[in-house]
Amino acid sequence: MKDRAVNRRNVRRLAPLVVLVVLALLPYSTLNLPGLFDGVLNSPGTLQLLALCLVFGGVALSFDLLFGFTGLLSFGHALYFAAGTYGANLLLTELGWGLGAAIAATTVLGIVLPLVIGSVALRVSGIAFSMVTLATAQVGSIIVLQDPGGLTGGEEGLAVDRTPIPDAFVGVFNTVNKYWLALAYLVLVYAVVTWVTRSRAGRVWQAIRENERRVEVLGLRPYRFKLLVFVLAGLLATLGGIVHLLLLGGSTPRVTTADFTIGLLVMVVLGGAGSRWGAVLGGVLYTYLDSRLTDLASSPAVQDLPAWLRVPLSEPLFILGTLFILVVLFVPGGIAGLVDRLGERRRGRRRPAENPPPGRAVERLRDEIGAGVGGNRPHDGV
Amino acid sequence: MTTFVLLSITGLGLAALYFLVASGLSLIFGLMDVLNFAHGAFLTIGAYGTWWAAGNLPGAGSTGWGFVLAVAFGVGVGTLVAALIELLLIRPLYQRHIEQVLVTVGLSLALVALVRAVWGSDPRPFPRPEWAQGTTSVLGANVPNDRFLLIVSAVVVLVSVLAFLRFTRVGLIIRAGVENRTMVTALGIDVRKAFTLVFAIGGAFAALAGALGGIYLGSISPGQGTSLLIFAFIVVVIGGMSSITGTAAAAVLVGLVQQFANYYAASGVGDLSVVLLLAVVLLARPSGLSARLA
Repeated sequence: MKDRAVNRRNVRRLAPLVVLVVLALLPYSTLNLPGLFDGVLNSPGTLQLLALCLVFGGVALSFDLLFGFTGLLSFGHALYFAAGTYGANLLLTELGWGLGAAIAATTVLGIVLPLVIGSVALRVSGIAFSMVTLATAQVGSIIVLQDPGGLTGGEEGLAVDRTPIPDAFVGVFNTVNKYWLALAYLVLVYAVVTWVTRSRAGRVWQAIRENERRVEVLGLRPYRFKLLVFVLAGLLATLGGIVHLLLLGGSTPRVTTADFTIGLLVMVVLGGAGSRWGAVLGGVLYTYLDSRLTDLASSPAVQDLPAWLRVPLSEPLFILGTLFILVVLFVPGGIAGLVDRLGERRRGRRRPAENPPPGRAVERLRDEIGAGVGGNRPHDGV
Repeated sequence: MTTFVLLSITGLGLAALYFLVASGLSLIFGLMDVLNFAHGAFLTIGAYGTWWAAGNLPGAGSTGWGFVLAVAFGVGVGTLVAALIELLLIRPLYQRHIEQVLVTVGLSLALVALVRAVWGSDPRPFPRPEWAQGTTSVLGANVPNDRFLLIVSAVVVLVSVLAFLRFTRVGLIIRAGVENRTMVTALGIDVRKAFTLVFAIGGAFAALAGALGGIYLGSISPGQGTSLLIFAFIVVVIGGMSSITGTAAAAVLVGLVQQFANYYAASGVGDLSVVLLLAVVLLARPSGLSARLA
């Protein structure tokens, strides 16, 4: 009995590693999955789509850090992603910087921008916070679309100058390298998020999500912790923007809009807010469906349908929006929540959760910092 | 002077459009704590409903009473859709505000995509009655007539909403519900009926804004509602989230600031200054212009 439990824990620990190895070796496979992908697995088109899925898995996870783990509903996450792609693009194309310098400078931007905006926006909470983030992101969108001085390319988007980029990341032939880059980005985000959510700050974030007032009563200052997670999530999104730029060879104004952030929200809720692999899976699934449903709409199978079926099916966003509503209504916790519940039912008992169940995060935090009744250890507000 | 008058009246016209969208948002948020992202879709539905009726509905047309009938049809469709959404999708999630907001987010995606699937993503020319195409001279400025139509509609809506809230029993329940929903329920009144009503009213105003916005802009496209919605959100937040008079004041402020800054500075600066205005108001008074509801 005990052995089985240990085995199960080992399986759980090994699962991400196995997935990583499979994903890393994927480009060597010539498997053909008709219906799922157009070409064999290592054809450039399929790899490009998979790379996009991985990037958005990472960006969705960075959004989950804010929304799922800390309960901050930001409607401006697109801004930091856009800062990554447009920032790096302008440095490469307009100033002719090298790739390394451009990435370094954009990383600094990815810290400073959310730091400045977060320090203002986090002074209000709840819906007002959502609105301030929405409005600041809108500023970014307006600036990009206005095309000041012909810099951002307006609605056309901005193609990147390829000379400063190493040859390994240029061209269709090197799609496999871009795929590995995207995978590396996802691994980085996953590792960072796993590390921070298990750290002490991560416990405080989850406690803030459950009950911010009580965190304050425990003697902690939620503002600093919220700013920390806001900056971290912003930075991870900015890095995602840079990878996206290298992947696509340009920046598109679509990534600056509120619709883009809403897309991230849909990914996270679909996969399961507050779950790391859930958010990644949501991001991957959303990106895949968005792309495949567009192809499906023009396929003969759909074109031959009667109009009342064909017309709604021709819009991926209609299907994704409807799917999203159904998940919110009937599958609370998204895919991750569903899997958890199925697992519990199969085992017939509750497994002690790795993350504290809703409502217990604050208690756990209190035990950890030894505050409240019986807590005689002095502390300095962490 | 002429420019000033023209800009003021156009700014007020824009403010009227914002108010029509924002008033419903603010009523819904005040009573139900739901920030309705589907409001932009109601606007799109109202606009396309009017446009469709003007071309296809017998008796309706693009001029005179026919056009009024077309607008009434658009508003009716918007109201119906809003009421159905509240009954079928929002009500089952009673008291779960985040989920309710998420459902409206999903609706905003799905409904707009549906409109795009049926009528395409390109802008469609919107029927404009002859009267609305003309201009009226005010203090030497030639002001397009549709601006007056917008302003008058917004004022009528404002006055009738205030009167409705002030003098009717349902209005009393809504006002009480905004102030303390639990207490109203404790008194044995089913607030949820008021929820449906408020959603329907909001949908009607948004649909009206869609139809009038079509006249104002001359064409309609599926994404139009969403872009207006962001400014309507800003208006609602500046106005204090749940106050109708606060929303009206904020709409006037935002409309004028946007119009003047766009003219005197550069195109786009007006939009930016509105965002700046929001930041300033929120930092100075986190609960918006009117801390207490009207």
